[in-house]
Amino acid sequence: MEATIAGINVKVNEEGYLTEFSQWNEDIAKEISVQEEIGELTEKHWTVLKYLQNQFENEIPLTIRKVGKSGVTDIKEFYALFPGGPLKKATKIAGIPKPVGCI
Amino acid sequence: MTTLEAVQNEVKTVKKDEKIKKICFILSKSSMDSAYAAMVMANGARMEGIEADMFFTFFGLDAITKKKMTDLHQPTVGNPSFPFPAMIGGLPGMEALVTSQMKKEMERLDMPPVDEFMEMISMSGGKIYACKLAMDMFKLKKEDMVDYLDGVLTIGDFYARAAGDGTHIIFI
Repeated sequence: MEATIAGINVKVNEEGYLTEFSQWNEDIAKEISVQEEIGELTEKHWTVLKYLQNQFENEIPLTIRKVGKSGVTDIKEFYALFPGGPLKKATKIAGIPKPVGCI
Repeated sequence: MTTLEAVQNEVKTVKKDEKIKKICFILSKSSMDSAYAAMVMANGARMEGIEADMFFTFFGLDAITKKKMTDLHQPTVGNPSFPFPAMIGGLPGMEALVTSQMKKEMERLDMPPVDEFMEMISMSGGKIYACKLAMDMFKLKKEDMVDYLDGVLTIGDFYARAAGDGTHIIFI
């Protein structure tokens, strides 16, 4: 599927996740963030998003537990930064696939 | 045949206002399989942005009792799914062996131990409650329970918290 996010044509899956990370940029992140009702992205948001992207590029599966132990943020803060499903929303904003795990 | 894809498509067609808003779990026993079922589902609810309450009653209280929660066992007697005869399951050391193997397998799948998992759920905004009647029965005090316990409730309090559209109760 194709979609126009922040004026750019990108490939997405049926849930709106970017399927090609190389197409991601910060404007896209900002627009998805508004759609997901996260609002304006603070410096802390960007730090977490960069960490998630880094894990993705190193092919490390993402879980809440790992994010909590990352030293980048803790579980409480992660939920506060991305309310209503942090891993689901943060990965969408970061332009990486939705994690498939149950934990 | 119902495929995963068919189920996912069905889920997508569910109207927005029909979403689950809150799930209240009642854990009445603390065998490892029961405790993990409740924890995985409560944590999973939070991950999906669904509110989660956990209410621990009777032997389920072990899972939030400081001294007991790190040592939950997997019973090997009375479970027809175990791949060995019932009598073997009753032999000394069998329960410990199965429990330790299960723990190893869980760690491999990045499933946290009980104490860490419960704390994760609490940090993620899940609420942890103990049953007043069961606490009285087992002579447990608030100090015996995890520090992040959100309260000791009567069953009436529990139902009051479960009120409202889109709330579901699951008894384990």
